[in-house]
Amino acid sequence: MRTAETKQDFSVIGKRVAKVDAVDKATGRAQYIQDVKLPRMLYGKILYSKYPHARIVKIDTEKAKRLPGVQVVLTGEDIPPIRMGVYKDNPPLKSGKVRSYRDEVAAVAAVDPKTAKEAINLIEVTYEALPAVFDPEEAMQPDAPLVHEAHKTNILKMPWKLHYGDVDAAKAEAAFRVEERFTTTWVTHCCLGTSGAIADFDHANNLTVHTNTQIPSLAQKDFLETLKALGLKDKRARVIKPCVGGGFGSKLDTYAYEHIAILLAWNARRPVKVVFDREEEFIATSTRQPAIIDISMGCDKDGKLLYRDMSMVLDNGAYTSWGVTTPSVMMMPITSLYRVPNVRYKAKCVYTNNTYSQAMRGYGNPQATFAIESAMDMLAEAAGIDRIELRRINCNQPGDVTPQNLRITTCGLPECIDAVDEKLKAGGPKEKGVGVGMASLIHVGGGARIYKSDGCGTIIKMDDYGKADVFTGATDMGQGSDTILAQIVAEQLGIAVEDVHVIHSDTDICPWDVGAHASRTTFVAGNSALGAAKIIRDRLLQLGADALEANEDDLVLKDRSIFVKGSPDKSLPVAKLLRNAHFSPGGKMMMADFFYDPANENMGRDFRGNMSATYSFGTHGVRVRVDEETGKVEILDYVAAHDVGRAINPMLLDGQVHGGVMMGIGYALTEQVILDKGRNVNPDFRDYKILTAKDAIPLQPVVVETIDEDGPYGAKGIGEPGCVPTAPAIANAIYDAVGVRIHDLPITPERVLAAIRKKKGIDSCGIDPLTEKEQECL
Amino acid sequence: MSTEIEFVLNGNQIRMKIEDHWTLMHLLREEMGLTGVKEGCGSGECGACTVLVAGLAVNSCLYLAAGVDGKEVLTIEGLAAADGTLHPLQQSFVENGGIQCGFCSPGMILSSKALLDENRNPSEGDIKHALAGNLCRCTGYAQIFESIRAVIDKDSEAGEVVAWKNGASGD
Repeated sequence: MRTAETKQDFSVIGKRVAKVDAVDKATGRAQYIQDVKLPRMLYGKILYSKYPHARIVKIDTEKAKRLPGVQVVLTGEDIPPIRMGVYKDNPPLKSGKVRSYRDEVAAVAAVDPKTAKEAINLIEVTYEALPAVFDPEEAMQPDAPLVHEAHKTNILKMPWKLHYGDVDAAKAEAAFRVEERFTTTWVTHCCLGTSGAIADFDHANNLTVHTNTQIPSLAQKDFLETLKALGLKDKRARVIKPCVGGGFGSKLDTYAYEHIAILLAWNARRPVKVVFDREEEFIATSTRQPAIIDISMGCDKDGKLLYRDMSMVLDNGAYTSWGVTTPSVMMMPITSLYRVPNVRYKAKCVYTNNTYSQAMRGYGNPQATFAIESAMDMLAEAAGIDRIELRRINCNQPGDVTPQNLRITTCGLPECIDAVDEKLKAGGPKEKGVGVGMASLIHVGGGARIYKSDGCGTIIKMDDYGKADVFTGATDMGQGSDTILAQIVAEQLGIAVEDVHVIHSDTDICPWDVGAHASRTTFVAGNSALGAAKIIRDRLLQLGADALEANEDDLVLKDRSIFVKGSPDKSLPVAKLLRNAHFSPGGKMMMADFFYDPANENMGRDFRGNMSATYSFGTHGVRVRVDEETGKVEILDYVAAHDVGRAINPMLLDGQVHGGVMMGIGYALTEQVILDKGRNVNPDFRDYKILTAKDAIPLQPVVVETIDEDGPYGAKGIGEPGCVPTAPAIANAIYDAVGVRIHDLPITPERVLAAIRKKKGIDSCGIDPLTEKEQECL
Repeated sequence: MSTEIEFVLNGNQIRMKIEDHWTLMHLLREEMGLTGVKEGCGSGECGACTVLVAGLAVNSCLYLAAGVDGKEVLTIEGLAAADGTLHPLQQSFVENGGIQCGFCSPGMILSSKALLDENRNPSEGDIKHALAGNLCRCTGYAQIFESIRAVIDKDSEAGEVVAWKNGASGD
């Protein structure tokens, strides 16, 4: 752990700086979409389908239209063709047929939320039910009902298939092999602030959308397409972000509610707000992609991995959002977590009449890593090699080029494994029912070239008083990017963090960016801010050299002043330099802009390509106690070691790790969107179990600093990794504790108990109190 | 049906007509414009709308507005001192990373205040119990616990608890 040598001279980098927006949030000043009101604003409400798959025979909106206070009622028949999602298969209001319970059938705008709700209840829809399909493997059968007839098959035409080396030959050669099937289910983001948008047209038909998006620049493009469909060409679409009450990937696409707000506002010629209630948030936002994963992995007699062979079936749901592209990220751990020379992977994404999935923290990586790291433990057992040793033998190292052509530069994985090993060994001798487990991760840490650009722009404007306004393309959704950018700019310019005002909220003001995804903001927006700050810094040094009659190289910017190294009495306040720059004949604005696009690569046809400029690594270790009578799993101890490049703000970094791990533990143990024939039967916090304060665990984050030369001050991305290896670490610990391998998430007490009983040769899950007969294990 | 009620809101005496069916959240958010009262679920599951009524933390989405008649109500807007000085809990949440997206923060801070007002030296278990009804998706709770613990530790160093009573800033 290289920490000591690098903390030397920084004023604010590496410090526990409080979040720049925290005071507003602690005092109730911060405004979220729920809090924004515009003059003459109407309230929109959406009617959803009553069937998972049905023909819409008739929609009668007359009663709703006659309700006093109702301004607009729209159905799919009333709107121009608008298609959302990566596959453009999803209109914001459906016509002809519905394909899932969350399908939007009609929408209303009224003077208040109560009237809008009443109007929704007055809309009469006649459906003709169609046979539906909810299991992706069934949906692949030739006689399965078609979700999209025009598509002719339920299997999406996605290219997810790669083969590097020769897996079949390696399989034949392997001394030890495991072949297993794992499954993961739907989980959802559960942002405390629900989704919502306000659409507002001006008299020239330019559009402003207030929305809590993670992708302002790309959302702008989607909204412009909706304007075009309305016949409004060459108009402006402005995206304003209020405070975002949590993102975690949920706001990485535009959703029906945003386009519906636009359509309602256009028809009403008044601003329209659509905000989800909690039930809608559960039902009508998109989940993490569920996966059926087959994995085969083998090693030679010394434990060297020879091959990894994986195939997946992914339930796409009824429409296509970013969930369908998660295999592109899954490829990263599959090809590159540990050294493995021969790799094969294919994934099929399948339409069903379930809810459709989207991006969620980790973007496919948690699913893939669950299978890989569970199988690593099984392979270690098959080979008779210590589990940690097997990982050390195959550990990624700096300088590696993986089969997918990922170029590993800095790599703190060996240190992460050591830290976890040490901590778990310190836990003492093995007790009955107690076990330890570990799992590692690789993730993009230097942006991710998903689009043609992975760029982010920054503009810095200095005022006359030594303060900087930083206009960034980045999106702070609570993770703290505004603070990180303020630290970077403050460090460069020798001013204080409170002298820096970061503005990220408005596409009319802020530069372009591809969005808050792929843990890219610290790295990409950070480098962008650094680039702009360096330009300002150079100009300040030039001005200072003239004013102080000194050489630029001898000048220091610190404590809001510029001074000559070694003679601090020869100094000027930065504010004075700035006033001179602006307020003198021939003066110039002290402004700079910078666009940073990392030197990462798009994946080629064979999916090879160095998608990130650097990679983040980590290892989690956990000690659990399993109650053999109830199947309940208790986490006794947890250590999360992450290679972060550099901790620009150790406090915010710990916050990302704690939050990520807790989300990962929910994924492992408690969280599940339960769909009964496509219907969400647990759309509330009583029945969808995110962890509470009482479930908090003793977690020790370990920071491994590798000071990546491409990162801003050496930093890598860390937003997502915390939730990636959690589930397999816990599954491995459960196996260590009680000798049962759980293949399916979430690892509920029922599943653990059933596995324990099966192992003991008891083939029932207890006695049904009603029938007094043995119950089948589920 | 409407009723006239009198109550103290963030230190100010209020007399007003309310509808009997209004929740306290509706009264505070929609009628008084106190948007620091957050609606996370509207059904008492998430705690984002927590306010203090007579010093006790309540889910304002489940509490009828009529129930505050004759009582003191504190929302997050009234917690800082009149001169803007943050309450020690607010300051500590800011300094210790207790806030990320911030949507749960007003409720979280007020639940913490209710706890410390009642128990100057709560155990780890007491803190977890007091916050069990306030969900947070960002922090994993650790830095929220640290924020509260820092206030307790500071108080014990100073020999007394700075558990401020209702703030006095105007609303």
